[in-house]
Amino acid sequence: MEVAISVITIFMILGAIYAIHARDILSAVIAGGIVGYSLVICFLLLQAPDLAIVQIVVETITLIIMVAVVLDSSRVEAYSRFDRRAWITAGTAVVILLVLFWFLRAASSHLAPFGESSLRMADAYINGAVERTGSVNLVTGVVFDFRGYDTLGEATVLVTAVLGVLTILRINGKKKLT
Amino acid sequence: MTVYLLCFILFLTGLYGVITRRNLIKIAISLSVMEFSTFLFLALVGYREGGVAPIVDTADPVKTYVDPLPQALVLTAIVIGLATTAMLMAVIIRIYRKYGTFDIREIKNLRG
Repeated sequence: MEVAISVITIFMILGAIYAIHARDILSAVIAGGIVGYSLVICFLLLQAPDLAIVQIVVETITLIIMVAVVLDSSRVEAYSRFDRRAWITAGTAVVILLVLFWFLRAASSHLAPFGESSLRMADAYINGAVERTGSVNLVTGVVFDFRGYDTLGEATVLVTAVLGVLTILRINGKKKLT
Repeated sequence: MTVYLLCFILFLTGLYGVITRRNLIKIAISLSVMEFSTFLFLALVGYREGGVAPIVDTADPVKTYVDPLPQALVLTAIVIGLATTAMLMAVIIRIYRKYGTFDIREIKNLRG
């Protein structure tokens, strides 16, 4: 199991690197799709069918939006030569990478080995959840019953985002009072 | 442990893209790569060897389920991620209509 997920993760890393370095923006978007769809397979292997379903829908919608944006504008990557500013950003990237690796080393001692999750907090949600929520799917029970208010907040965020997109994309802006 | 390390490398790949790229669409793609690596990490943390998907079968009760809490968390996060990506793309297309380029340096030069 660990080997299979490692292989898929390496595939995702390769896809991400290609997406970052592609000359054509459309191929970069498609290569970004590799990462999303590989994540679906990872979720299936990790016994999370709900996540796989949601992720495949979301990834498809994201891909459609991105392809629509790219086809509506330019596909050519503005190639930049390696100037002084590029050196500064590369140096920043290396520094941040080192700092994050230090944090990873500090945190890895607290991390349970793969496949040995302790379920310390989940016990209260698993035991007797079917009787209390009436849902055989424990994830649904957590999302819609124990954490119902969070889901309400999530719906609020979604509505706000849709309103924001509609406001930004409105073709005729309000005329300025001069 | 290898899986966690690879997941972290995926996050760093996205971060590298956000820092070094000049194209707005590529920055958006790198941001979603970072998002995906976080989702993968949370799903990995909740996995148990030999566990089954957290769906209770009352006729045949099994004892080991994978942790449902990270899954519920990631479920919320995925949908929020879609909302932020859609909004990001809307802002990007507006910027393109105004400046005619995706290059963030050009956009900075055209200020005012």
